[in-house]
Amino acid sequence: MCGIAGIVNVADRHAPPSAELLTSMVSAIRYRGPDEYGLYRDMRAGLVHARLSLIDLATGQQPLANEDGTLWIVFNGEIFNYVELRQELVACGHRFRTHSDTEVIVHAYEEWGNDCFPKFNGQWALALWDSSAHRLILSRDRIGVRPLYVREHGGRVWFASEAKAIFADPSVPREIDPGGLDQTFTYWTSLAPASLFRGIEELRPGSVRVYSADGTMRETVYWRPSYPVPPGEYPLTLEEATEALSEKLELATRLRVLRADVPVGSYLSGGLDSSLTAWMGRKAKEGIFQTYSIRFEDAEYDETEFQRAMAATIDSSHQELVVRRSDIARVFPDVIRHTERPILRTAPAPLYLLSRLVRDSGIKAVLTGEGADEMLAGYDIFRESEIRQFWSRQPGSTMRPALFSRLYPYLARSPQQAKGMALEFWKQGLDRAGKPGFSHDPRWRTTAQVKRFFTEGLQAEIAARPPEDVLDGLPAEFSRWDSLAQAQYLEVVTLLSGYLISSQGDRMLMAHSVEGRFPFLDADVMEFCNGLPASYKLAGLNEKFILKRVASGHIPDAIIRRQKQPYRAPDAISFVEPGAPAYVAELLSESALRDAGIFDAGAARGLYMKCVARANGAAGNGVYSNADNMSLVGILSTQLVHHHFIRAAGDSSPAPRIEYTTLVDRVPIQQLSGTA
Amino acid sequence: MTEDAIRTQVHEFIRKNFLFDDATHVGDDQSLLGSGVVDSTGILELISFLEETCKVKFADSELVADNFDSVNRISAFVMKKQAQPKA
Repeated sequence: MCGIAGIVNVADRHAPPSAELLTSMVSAIRYRGPDEYGLYRDMRAGLVHARLSLIDLATGQQPLANEDGTLWIVFNGEIFNYVELRQELVACGHRFRTHSDTEVIVHAYEEWGNDCFPKFNGQWALALWDSSAHRLILSRDRIGVRPLYVREHGGRVWFASEAKAIFADPSVPREIDPGGLDQTFTYWTSLAPASLFRGIEELRPGSVRVYSADGTMRETVYWRPSYPVPPGEYPLTLEEATEALSEKLELATRLRVLRADVPVGSYLSGGLDSSLTAWMGRKAKEGIFQTYSIRFEDAEYDETEFQRAMAATIDSSHQELVVRRSDIARVFPDVIRHTERPILRTAPAPLYLLSRLVRDSGIKAVLTGEGADEMLAGYDIFRESEIRQFWSRQPGSTMRPALFSRLYPYLARSPQQAKGMALEFWKQGLDRAGKPGFSHDPRWRTTAQVKRFFTEGLQAEIAARPPEDVLDGLPAEFSRWDSLAQAQYLEVVTLLSGYLISSQGDRMLMAHSVEGRFPFLDADVMEFCNGLPASYKLAGLNEKFILKRVASGHIPDAIIRRQKQPYRAPDAISFVEPGAPAYVAELLSESALRDAGIFDAGAARGLYMKCVARANGAAGNGVYSNADNMSLVGILSTQLVHHHFIRAAGDSSPAPRIEYTTLVDRVPIQQLSGTA
Repeated sequence: MTEDAIRTQVHEFIRKNFLFDDATHVGDDQSLLGSGVVDSTGILELISFLEETCKVKFADSELVADNFDSVNRISAFVMKKQAQPKA
């Protein structure tokens, strides 16, 4: 796991990229790979790499080249099937110098060109530089587990694992992109290729982009989530499908535990997915198995009982971290420095703290259960959508919406007023049943309310742009999928890709140099899950039906049977209770809000004061509506993004010293004086 | 309290607690839930406010959108409640 960055002159009128600049770029993301550093440079390209050594510790350094030194790579991630691909390539006549997966990519590209990427089962963001053809190839894994940002301007291309490495070049303008911001406050993420920053693109998950010497750029999407609709009955019985899923998951987990030359641990949330993942991880290898859990001081969010039960079941060496509201507020600025985008909940913050515990305990890679809810329909949004579909067929029915009480048991216990109003909420847009986006309408609508706080100027600017809606870019076959598959697709391309495995995943893990490995996002597992009939995934309202059968007998029944608890952390309250850190009031001051110019200062202050009053014993003490929680966290995190990345423009700290283990500099000495 | 006075109070409460600004105008007949001005928890804030300010008590069966989903509906319903003899 690593950090990558580089500058390539696609037009040859530029001087070679400066080594100092490349060093600043890699230094900006050095936490992604603090073990070793590498630099390659020629007259047109510079590639840098920060390495977190997990595979082939001795000879896996990067940048790395093919046999004749014409094709260079910097690579962040893992190709889990590299052993099998290597055998295939050796049979084709390729000779290998190392035992790394990185070298397999180079030879696979030589052998198959862009067709190599669909053969990879893994998680990657990479850049290949063909120094003889002057061609730059950028690629990302199917789901976008590993990040990659690109800027193209004036015949030059910058790329990096994180935007901050591109901003290390002081010539790059720093501006918030109104379109990316608008998307973030609907989908919880900008939609690649848009990003939160103007002029910087996020490479689409599942795509390859090629910049050629003639100045052209071609992008190919080699993979998108797809839910095949075979004619006739699904060939496997539930029993057979359970068996097949179990085998595939175990293989995916084994690959993720064994294809590492360091020990791999596991997160334990207390839920079904991570419990099963940890159980399979434990089974994959002899010896000590490390597990890690977040506990909350607020009982509402705590799942200790289930975490401990699972740790005891697999006899792991278990470590816990207790998170308080004050911890969340304290680390939040660092969290946003890593997410590089606004977030609407604080849930990433505890994971930022947990990855530090993992690193301090000497573990560099962890398994998590991420992806199970998307692949096998675990989330409430899928069940909610099914109930709303069902209700929409008889909107006058009072029996049909009563099903919501099965989804949200608190409703059954709530006073009538809460129940009635909750139903009013879900009733909105019921007439849109069957239309794309119906499943996500309540969430998107709710999130979009935060935009009311935007300044008039920003609202006008957004309104003047062509809308960039996720529903505009749907695959042609989308309308042929069943309603569950449609909802799953939208969930994968928005929340999973851009938030859960990014803001709450990669960024929080890599902040402390820990790699996440996700068996449920294995290429074969995803393919298999997407081919399952809806009823195997969501049986009535029983979520992850087939997965519960896989887990049965391996993990405690109490975990399988428990009501699904979404992972949450204390939100607004963390920032407004007495003793909250001073930066909160500073960034939400009239002057800071006006300075950033994103939110209406009066409105944002009004919200902040309301939240403060509620924390200090006013009416409704400590209870915040969903809208207030999301708005406060969204506004504060946006202010932090502005503070870290926009306002910081012009800060030119000298490039820190980096000791390169790999240094290939092909720029002749006499050229050095002229580098830019 | 007159119906106009109730309307004014409700507008003021919405402005202070949900909109936080003077620029946005909520129409008297605008659906509060439908337009996203107020979410389902927000409506509960509004109901508590009405019970306190207007000295009325709402029965569970009355807490439906028909009675609360716009400023006009709220003011009309509160008027009706105030006219009822106290139980």
